[in-house]
Amino acid sequence: MKKTIDDGRQTIDNRQRMVNRDNQWSIANGQSSASFVKAIGAIVWKDLRAEFRSWELISAMLVFSLLVILIFNFALELDVKTRQSVTAGVLWATFAFAGTLGLNRSMAIEKDRGCLDGLLLAPVDRSVIYFGKFFSNLAFMLIVEAIVLPVYSVLYNTNLFQPGLLLVILLGSVGYTSIGTLLATMSVQTRTRDILLPILLFPVVFAVLLAAVKASGGLLDNSTFADVSFSINLLITYDVIFIAASFMLFDAIVEE
Amino acid sequence: MISVKKLVKRFGLKTVLRGMDFEVKPGEFVALLGPNGAGKTTFLRILASLSRPSLGEVTIAGFKLPNEAAQVRARLGVVSHLPLLYGDLTAEENLRFYARMYGITKDQLRITEVLEMVGLEFRRRDLVRTYSRGMQQRLAIGRAVLHDPEIMLFDEPYTGLDQDACAMLDDVLKTVAAQGRTVVMTSHDLARAEELATRFDILSRGVIAASATRRQVKKSNLLEFYKQALAG
Repeated sequence: MKKTIDDGRQTIDNRQRMVNRDNQWSIANGQSSASFVKAIGAIVWKDLRAEFRSWELISAMLVFSLLVILIFNFALELDVKTRQSVTAGVLWATFAFAGTLGLNRSMAIEKDRGCLDGLLLAPVDRSVIYFGKFFSNLAFMLIVEAIVLPVYSVLYNTNLFQPGLLLVILLGSVGYTSIGTLLATMSVQTRTRDILLPILLFPVVFAVLLAAVKASGGLLDNSTFADVSFSINLLITYDVIFIAASFMLFDAIVEE
Repeated sequence: MISVKKLVKRFGLKTVLRGMDFEVKPGEFVALLGPNGAGKTTFLRILASLSRPSLGEVTIAGFKLPNEAAQVRARLGVVSHLPLLYGDLTAEENLRFYARMYGITKDQLRITEVLEMVGLEFRRRDLVRTYSRGMQQRLAIGRAVLHDPEIMLFDEPYTGLDQDACAMLDDVLKTVAAQGRTVVMTSHDLARAEELATRFDILSRGVIAASATRRQVKKSNLLEFYKQALAG
C-alpha cells in the first residue's frame, strides 16, 4: 500500500518492501546483501542463457584459440623438449588474445541494444553490474580454456592436467578478466572499441601475464610448488588489486 | 514529484543545459518538446541517473540525485528509442531477468500481468530478436512498468515505428498514464504529444523556453505555441 511519510518522500510500505495493490507480487529492499548476490546471479544467468542459445562469443573465442595453437604447432616445428619450454608462452598468448575477443563481444552485446542502460537503471549498487559481468566473462574464458587444454595436450604431446598448473590458469584468468571487464566497459563506449580494448588492456595486464607465464613454465619444468610460489603470490596480489580497483572505479566509468 | 533547479550539464567545453528549472506534480503527463540538440535526451538521462549533473539540484520523489540514485531508480521506469532488451532471450526471460534485478518476488505473476497489458502474452516464449520493432517497443514498456514505478520517462518512444505500431503504442501509453503515474515524454511528434500530455514544455538552448497546460494551448494550437516559444 502506498504511503507518504513525514519527510514528504513518496514511499511504499515503509521503504522496505514494495507490494502491488493485490499483494500478489512484491519488490524486496534492494540494499540487502542477499539481493546483491541475487542480482549478480541474475546477470550471470542472463549471459549464460543468451550465450548457450547463440554460441556467438564462445565459438569465436574457441575457433580463434584453436587456430592460434595450430599455427604455433606447425610454424615452430619444435622437438619435444623445446615444445615443453614454449608451452606456457603459447598458452597464455592464446588465452590473452581469445580473451580480448570475448571481453569485447560480451560488452558490445550490452551496448548495442541499449542494455547497458537497462542494467544501470536497476536500483542496485553499480558494483553488482561489474561483478555480474566479471563472473560471466570468467565463465566464458574458463569454458574455452577447458576445451583448449586437452587439444593442446594432444597436439604438443604435453600433459597440462596438473593441479598446480590448473590453479595458475584459474588465478591468471581471474586477474585478466577482472581488469578486462572494467576496461571493456570503458572501451565499448567509444567508436573505436575493437582496437581500443587491446591497447588499454595489454599494458595493464602485462604483469598478470608475466607472472602467469613464469608460474606455468616453472610447473611444466617440474619445479616444486615452492619454486613458483613467488609468481603465484604475485598473481594472487594482482587479482586482489585489480578486483578492488575495478570495484571502486566502475561507477565512475559507467556514469556520464 | 520532480523538482529541477538551475540544472547545468557540460560535456567538455560544450554546455548542453544552461541553468534549467523544471517542476512536475504527481500524476502530470508532461511532453518535453524541442528541436534536435536542445538537450532533451541529456535531461532525461540526468533524471534517470544515467548522467551526472555538472551543477544544480535534482530531486525526484523526495530523493536527491546523484546521492540517492538507487532510491530514485527504484521509482522510475524508462523507455527510450532503444528497447534495452536482449535479442537472444525470450520476452519472458527478459522480464524475468529485470524482475530479478529489481528484486521482484513471485515474478511469474507479475510477468504474466505485464505481458497481458502490452498484448504480448501469445509471444512470451519467442526470442525478442524475432519481434517486430513495434512489438519490441511494447515489450520495452512492459519492462519499464514491471516494478510498478511511480514515474515514467519516455525518450522519443515513437522513433522508427510505423503507423500501426504507433497507434498500438498510443494505447499502451494511455494505459500507463491512466494508472496515475507521473510521465515525462520527449517527442518530435506534436500531434501525439497533444493527444497524450496534460502539459507542454518547450526546451530550447538548454532552458525551458515556454510551458503551458493543455487548456492554455487549446486556445491557439500546439504548433503555433511551439513555433512562438522557439522564436522567442
